Amino acid sequence: MIEALQFDFMRNALVAGVLVSIACGIIGTFVAINRIVFISGGIAHAAYGGIGLGYFFRFNPVLGAVIFSLAAALGMGIVQRYTRQRADTIIGVMWAIGMAIGIILVDLAGGYKADLMSYLFGSILAVSSRDLLIMLLLDAIIVGLAVLFYKELLAISFDETFATVANVPVDAIYLTLMCTIALTVVMMMRVVGLIMTIALLTMPAAISGLFVKDMKKMMGFASILGMVFTTVGLWLSYFLNLTSGATIILVAGAAYLLSVAIQPLLRRARADRAEEAIGLKPSSLQRKADKRSRL
Amino acid sequence: MKHTDITDTELEAIAIQHLWAGYDHEIVLEDINLSVKELDFIGLIGPNGGGKTTLFKVLLGLLPPMRGEVRIMGMNVIKGRRYIGYVPQTVEFDRDFPINVWDVVLLGRLGKRRLLQPYTDKDNKIVAEALYDVEMLDLSDRPISELSGGQKKRVYIARALATEPKILLLDEPMASLDPHAGSHISEILRQLNERMTILMISHDISAIASCVKTVGCLNRQLFYHGEKQITPQMLQLAYKCPVDLIAHGVPHRVFPNHAIEEGRND
Repeated sequence: MIEALQFDFMRNALVAGVLVSIACGIIGTFVAINRIVFISGGIAHAAYGGIGLGYFFRFNPVLGAVIFSLAAALGMGIVQRYTRQRADTIIGVMWAIGMAIGIILVDLAGGYKADLMSYLFGSILAVSSRDLLIMLLLDAIIVGLAVLFYKELLAISFDETFATVANVPVDAIYLTLMCTIALTVVMMMRVVGLIMTIALLTMPAAISGLFVKDMKKMMGFASILGMVFTTVGLWLSYFLNLTSGATIILVAGAAYLLSVAIQPLLRRARADRAEEAIGLKPSSLQRKADKRSRL
Repeated sequence: MKHTDITDTELEAIAIQHLWAGYDHEIVLEDINLSVKELDFIGLIGPNGGGKTTLFKVLLGLLPPMRGEVRIMGMNVIKGRRYIGYVPQTVEFDRDFPINVWDVVLLGRLGKRRLLQPYTDKDNKIVAEALYDVEMLDLSDRPISELSGGQKKRVYIARALATEPKILLLDEPMASLDPHAGSHISEILRQLNERMTILMISHDISAIASCVKTVGCLNRQLFYHGEKQITPQMLQLAYKCPVDLIAHGVPHRVFPNHAIEEGRND
């Protein structure tokens, strides 16, 4: 296990997993509790248009993805807020158009497209030190925004009407959140690829939300879960010689299914404890004692 | 009510004059006139779709009126709404939202703090007082998802109180509560009415009846005369059809004796 660490690419990959997990935990929590998984998927897929733009005009496709995902985030955010009907249809259309533009532009660009697949399916083993720096910067922006606007973000997520009446600039905060989703998506593109971004963004937060009932703690726990999933996924992909992005997603998916399965048991245990505490139900110790005395 | 003189305006918490409101081409409220004086406790009843929620949206500045004027504490709605504590019927996702009671009520302080400005000790003190007022202080670290309907309602009342309102707006405060929780809420509201104006809406007559000072009926038009009794005529006008009066435990100051009621009382 340790010998793998002597490779630069493995070290970088592990660090990238940790950095991405921080952004994922924070933004994924907002995505989960605001129920905007669909929009996030749209942003991720529309970002592919930017990849095509980069290939066609011969600049860094990552920059193209940043531009396209930000534009998609603002567009979809505005559609979601201001159109009273069919918001999901319009978002679905933007999702498809973004992707189609990307594919056509890549076609037109011609030439050698070796790393095209890496944008779609991730290439965490190809993360450079400069990529890590960019990820660190994006993390700083995302953590900074989440800390600075925590009370407003909590307010619009929990009860938007109440936030509006309190004269919170709801639209501005919401669109800022959309933009941070876009930045997170671009960051994750490196690790699991655009196609599976949505899974890694939502699963740690979804698991965390099953066990933690506080937004701050939910973010922290989701970030830690993300780190565990990316690390475990990376090792597995290394030893089993599998695609790293997909392995990470399967690890996260297995954890998600497991936690959904054990959740009812945990809830029953918690209810039992609560009933014991107020004396409605004898504790398991008491039950055992009762049994023994009967014998 | 058609003419308000100057001394009247000073005491008016809410003044609605010739208000028309609705959505797109559908008019929901027709020529509403209402003068809510300070320390009034008004209950408005009406059928679902009668415009109760639309009226609240206008008062909260969420829906601009088509015609007419609304003043809150003598100001326009956007300025005046900071004097309103709003208690919604339900909060959409509160069944699994990761937030505890204290943090919900702390959101009531949001309007007093600008962006980037953290909450202060004063905010904490006000939140504690608000939770005390609704008897929820001992459950303040409980997740909102683990509360009963009545407890949640009290938390939302506390959140409204934390805004230090002069007016409390309540949307169906007794809906889907058991009778015990309902009477607890109306007792809390009666106490709060000693220091603030309250306007509440409901489709349930008995819920309104147990605590308000005056009642009105709303169904597109408003039938309100500042009286303590709902007359059969008001109900007929509001519901535009004969009304069942299911009046268990309703004090007689609201319902005068009349044939409809006597026949159906349980």
